[in-house]
Amino acid sequence: MTSYRPSDYELTREERELEQAPKRTKFGFQGWLRWMWRQLTSMRTALILLLLLAVASVPGSVYPQRSADPNGVRLQFEENPELAEVLDTLQLFDVYTSVWFSAIYILLFISLIGCVVPRTQVHWRAMMSKPVKTPPNLKRMSAYETQRGGKQELEQAARILKKQGYRVDLREDSVSAEKGYLKETGNLLFHYALIAVLIAVGVGGGNSYIGQRVLVEGDMFVNNLASYDSFSPGTFYDENNLYPFSMRLDDFQVTYDLQNPANVGAPIDFKASVTVFDENGESQGEVKVNQPLELPGTGVYLMGNGFAPIITVRDGDGRVAFSGPVVFLPQDGNLTSLGVIKAPDANPSQIGLISFFYPTAEQLPSGAYTSIYPDAFDPLLTMNAYVGDLGLDDGVPRNVYALDVTDLTEVAGRDADNPGLELRPGESAEIPGGYGSVSFDGLTRYAAFDIAHNPGGFWILLSSMIALAGLIASLLIPRRRVWVKAVADEKIEIAALARGDDPRLEDVVSDLGKRLEGGKVGN
Amino acid sequence: MEINLNEQLSQYSLLIVYASMALLAVSFLLSTLHMAQTASAKTESESEQAEGDVLVRTKTESKLMSTASLWVMGVATVLLGIAVTMRGIAAQRVPWANMYEFAISSTLVILMIYLMSLYLKEVHFIAPLVSGFSLISLGAATSLFYVEVSTIMPALQSYWLVIHVIVAVLATSFFYIGAALHITYLVRKASWSQGDSNAFQRIFSHFPSADTLDRFAYRFIIVGFVLWSFTLIAGAIWAERAWNRYWGWDTKEVWTFIIWVLYAGYLHAKATRGWTGTRAAYLGLVGFAAVLFNFTIVNLFFEGLHVYSGL
Ligand code: HEM
Repeated sequence: MTSYRPSDYELTREERELEQAPKRTKFGFQGWLRWMWRQLTSMRTALILLLLLAVASVPGSVYPQRSADPNGVRLQFEENPELAEVLDTLQLFDVYTSVWFSAIYILLFISLIGCVVPRTQVHWRAMMSKPVKTPPNLKRMSAYETQRGGKQELEQAARILKKQGYRVDLREDSVSAEKGYLKETGNLLFHYALIAVLIAVGVGGGNSYIGQRVLVEGDMFVNNLASYDSFSPGTFYDENNLYPFSMRLDDFQVTYDLQNPANVGAPIDFKASVTVFDENGESQGEVKVNQPLELPGTGVYLMGNGFAPIITVRDGDGRVAFSGPVVFLPQDGNLTSLGVIKAPDANPSQIGLISFFYPTAEQLPSGAYTSIYPDAFDPLLTMNAYVGDLGLDDGVPRNVYALDVTDLTEVAGRDADNPGLELRPGESAEIPGGYGSVSFDGLTRYAAFDIAHNPGGFWILLSSMIALAGLIASLLIPRRRVWVKAVADEKIEIAALARGDDPRLEDVVSDLGKRLEGGKVGN
Repeated sequence: MEINLNEQLSQYSLLIVYASMALLAVSFLLSTLHMAQTASAKTESESEQAEGDVLVRTKTESKLMSTASLWVMGVATVLLGIAVTMRGIAAQRVPWANMYEFAISSTLVILMIYLMSLYLKEVHFIAPLVSGFSLISLGAATSLFYVEVSTIMPALQSYWLVIHVIVAVLATSFFYIGAALHITYLVRKASWSQGDSNAFQRIFSHFPSADTLDRFAYRFIIVGFVLWSFTLIAGAIWAERAWNRYWGWDTKEVWTFIIWVLYAGYLHAKATRGWTGTRAAYLGLVGFAAVLFNFTIVNLFFEGLHVYSGL
């Protein structure tokens, strides 16, 4: 039997006697290559690469990562630009796609393939051939007994072992039996499944996309590129494959805890009721936080929510310059929210409003407002009003949630002659200076959705389940060899050897001994 | 949907946790006393060979003490089980949504797994390590992490959370017992614990052989590793449901991965020439250090999506 493990696989002393010593190869160029390859596919290299992988993963939990926390990265650049520059050069903001991280896992997987493929061949051969020849010296095996017996007992032992699931080879004066091939099969399966996981992650990621879209109650989303607020496709994603559907957000409900004093205002449930229109016609659906809406090849996930007050801006001529729900971004747990309204078509000047929304407003002694509960019990809008050139015409894309006020004139607000505007539902207020008026016409909610296509998911799950099954087989199934040999003086020897840890090895030998006829003569 | 939190009940639950801690302290004392006595028993056997009955008496007393320490630990476990259940009833959900609850629940599971594995006699010897560690983790939970019952945010309302956490806690318990056995193994193997020239060495001469301890540590760790692999998969499924990506290298995910890779390294070490024995044991301990780090430092100081620990 040849060694089918890496050259530095730890064998027990007895096992080593069974294995052939590895052949010495001649040096020279080919010899070197072979030597290198053997190094790469050795157990020690695999171990060191595994430990390196663990260490290399750590910085990703210390520094903010672009993929998970782009804001955090921006903060680092703002707070300490020089250090951030250095960290960025070392790819510490993109650890898991960095050159060094990739190098480690690619080497690990090359080593894995180099290790597993030859083992598979040898394992296949081992399964196809007879159990190993009975070694001459059984006394040295981890479990060993002798008792009275002869040829008849050998045949009986062969029968018993066969029934117990051993592969049995009955020879002239000995029985050689082996079982637990499934251990090695499981181990190989586990390692192959890891490769499958990696491939599924890579291929799946390349063919996936994720897009964001905010919908106010009543809004309709049509699944095409133009409808997304942001859209990030994988490298190979073909945008013509978007699943054709539309979805209307009918209603968004939030349930807050109002009962338990310690917990008042904690959200208990978010629920978006939607109507979906696709090739199957019209259907009702529901999206909750842990419960995406599943459409063929596409999932709709609920990621965020907030208030969208309906606001109308009239200009100095009394014409409507802006009207509709405005998405306000929550700033704290009680949903104090910030919104920006831009009315570029207003006369005599463009109007910009920076507004805070308080679902349940409470005035602080300082005069400022705060929200004391996240649901809209006593809603209030406060606004600072600006006039001037909003800078929307020069073609530079602007963030709809921010207003650059450097070139604007504040006409109402803390730094202006007139105080900020305050509006309750149904109220309206003049923008000082004859620039127009604003009214707060109603209140709706909005929900932020991710729409994602993730074809790798199924394959990743499948391969990880196979890996898990292989792992369990590999770790828990014992691999044993049992020998029974007839020796002089009407005696037989029974011995067993396990690959790896086997708590039952000695029981196996003594059980077999008891089941064979003939008295015990000690060992 | 209505939830009635019961703060009174959670207060009673806390009292019972304290009672359980008191018993664990007693159990710890009894088991350390037992060890001290096994050491002195030998001294007496040497100096007063003639007075055989003294020796017999100390031996039986000491045996009794060991048994008593385990029974006290059993009662402490039952009390803790009641406390955890009451906490769950008070919060009307599974009692492991914040660090306090996670700590009391996982301590309970460690104690239960340990008591169940007691039919292996090799495991008797780490009783003080188990009661001591439980005492520390309950102490930290009640003094540092305590929070009143509250509802959990919708992202955590998922049966995948239940599965994910149960399995993670189970895995942690197996890893803990593995680590305790590894510590014992390393001490047992160290040259300064060989011989019988001082009390310490005499205590250790009663322990199972180093090889046995090593083998048992390995058995606990492989079970832990299978469970941890499942934790990883269940966590990914849950993340896919809640955040539409199965894996995003969030801090908590990173550490779950690191722990998995470290223990995979340990298993490899057990099969690599030159790495078995002491080195593998150290690697196993590094793995468990990462488990502890993940639960404490990562939860408290690192940012990420999983930071909802309620602190
Ligand atoms: C992606 C990297 C790898 C991971 C996560 C990994 C993980 C594991 C785990 C968890 C085990 C123990 C369970 C079992 O016996 O099936 C194991 C065993 C084993 N691995 Fe790997 N492995 C990796 C790469 C490799 C490589 C590169 C080699 C080749 C050198 C290798 C060779 C082995 C062998 C021979 C065993 C059997 C050990 C024994 O008999 O106990 N593995 N591996």
